[in-house]
Amino acid sequence: MVDYLVLGDEPHLVANECASCGATFFDRRNACASCGARDFSSKQMSSTGTVRAFTIVHRAARGVPAPYVSAVIDLDGGGRVKGNVVNVDPTPEKVSLGMDVRLTTYVTATDDDGNEAIAFGFEPA
Amino acid sequence: MSNDDPIWILGTSMTKFGRYKDKDLIDLAADAALGALDDGGATIQEMNILAAGCLYEANGGVGQRLQKQIGQTGIPVYNVANACATGATAVRTVMMAIKAGEADMGIAVGVEQMGKMGMLGGDRAARSDKQVFEPSGRFGSVVGVEGRLGTNMMPGVFAQAGMEYAYENDGVGFEQFAKVAQKNHAHSVLNPLAQYRKEFTLDEVMQGEVIAYPNTLLMCCPTGDGAASVVLVSDEKLRSLPKEQQRRAVKVSASVLTSDPWTEGCQVQPDVNTLTRTAADQAYEQAGVDPKDLDLVELHDCFATAELRHYDNLRLCEEGGAGDWIDKGGPWRDGEIPVNVSGGLLSKGHPIGATGVANLYEVATHVRGEAGARQVEGAKVGLAHVIGLGSSCGVHILEKSGL
Repeated sequence: MVDYLVLGDEPHLVANECASCGATFFDRRNACASCGARDFSSKQMSSTGTVRAFTIVHRAARGVPAPYVSAVIDLDGGGRVKGNVVNVDPTPEKVSLGMDVRLTTYVTATDDDGNEAIAFGFEPA
Repeated sequence: MSNDDPIWILGTSMTKFGRYKDKDLIDLAADAALGALDDGGATIQEMNILAAGCLYEANGGVGQRLQKQIGQTGIPVYNVANACATGATAVRTVMMAIKAGEADMGIAVGVEQMGKMGMLGGDRAARSDKQVFEPSGRFGSVVGVEGRLGTNMMPGVFAQAGMEYAYENDGVGFEQFAKVAQKNHAHSVLNPLAQYRKEFTLDEVMQGEVIAYPNTLLMCCPTGDGAASVVLVSDEKLRSLPKEQQRRAVKVSASVLTSDPWTEGCQVQPDVNTLTRTAADQAYEQAGVDPKDLDLVELHDCFATAELRHYDNLRLCEEGGAGDWIDKGGPWRDGEIPVNVSGGLLSKGHPIGATGVANLYEVATHVRGEAGARQVEGAKVGLAHVIGLGSSCGVHILEKSGL
């Protein structure tokens, strides 16, 4: 469902890596926010990581099923991403700070032509 | 440098004006800003101030969004709007900063994208009801990311900010965050200007409806209406006024604005801490005041989880020790440094534009000895803090006049 998720046999995330300082970004760039340089290359990010922070959202935006777990993930080898923690009960007893997770994908929406939007999430590893 | 010294344009640039289907507002602003910097042989790192003029997205943090593309250096960002004079207002803002001696170099950008008002998606819906996925935006998303790829809504963002502190430090959990709300609701009982003035037990706070764990309903600020204002005067002018006005005047010992400098992960989950710490440190230095000298603090408790982090960010407690500090009663009105005796945003309310002036009203009122039932006895110096996501942080330190 986003450019930075690459599907295929082994779905993974890709980032724009600053050629000058190595900072990574998931969006289309004008320049590097860390050092101001203008050139980037494509970097494949790790599909495993740990939960750095999370919240369990009960009162969600319209159309979003709740409760769900939103988390900031420290990716192994560097980088940080935000996503839902899935395939686990959305309770403070089952989700913990520092828990190991791995990338997974699932269908999140379908359009009128039958195209599926695939999202990524993180499940307990 | 005197007020009569001229100020110069070092570099300048503009984009061709027209209709840009393939560029967004920030692309255009970046093209112009980078063009001006390149033309002047300067870098974003050398700028001390950024003023971004944009009318239709005046509340959209355009300056910070531009920084996130061309350089997050933490400098003060002023997003300005003034109808058709918006661009000139951005220029005047940078001029005033340089005239005031607060900046050597600054950059002003004016940008607008009015063509987007008739959105492609909207047109398609008018022609037929069929919805077909089409990538849009800088992430090429085909459906809304909110709730699918984590949450970026306020209660969840600040919950994650609090939980990160719990991840990094011992003695921080749901209970410590909930104590913040218990404190502020208790404080508000004494404030006739607060939106809510009701006390709750810690249990009532923790058992309340969960909005975004660990933030329950009572741990979230309400929406509402309100306004606040300050009249500022020069030192020279004040001394020409009657003695009674001089006696009641409150000195602005520090006035600081920062934006969020780049830190690891900051474009994934906003970093509300680095820019606060920087603003506080600059303010303490400007005022010649130590955090221990503060008699009261009004800080930005948009959510209870946020307040706990700001005890640390504003250096009111030991680094990493915010959980311990609230357990010991540090921020209560009878504690080491009273925090949010007004009731804070949680109970006093948060009409967005008013809040950053209302906390100055509160600190000034205590410093004048005019706060009535909620008066912090003998208050002589206080700190006011606000933070807006995007981000920007304003810190002021006010002191008794001594006149």
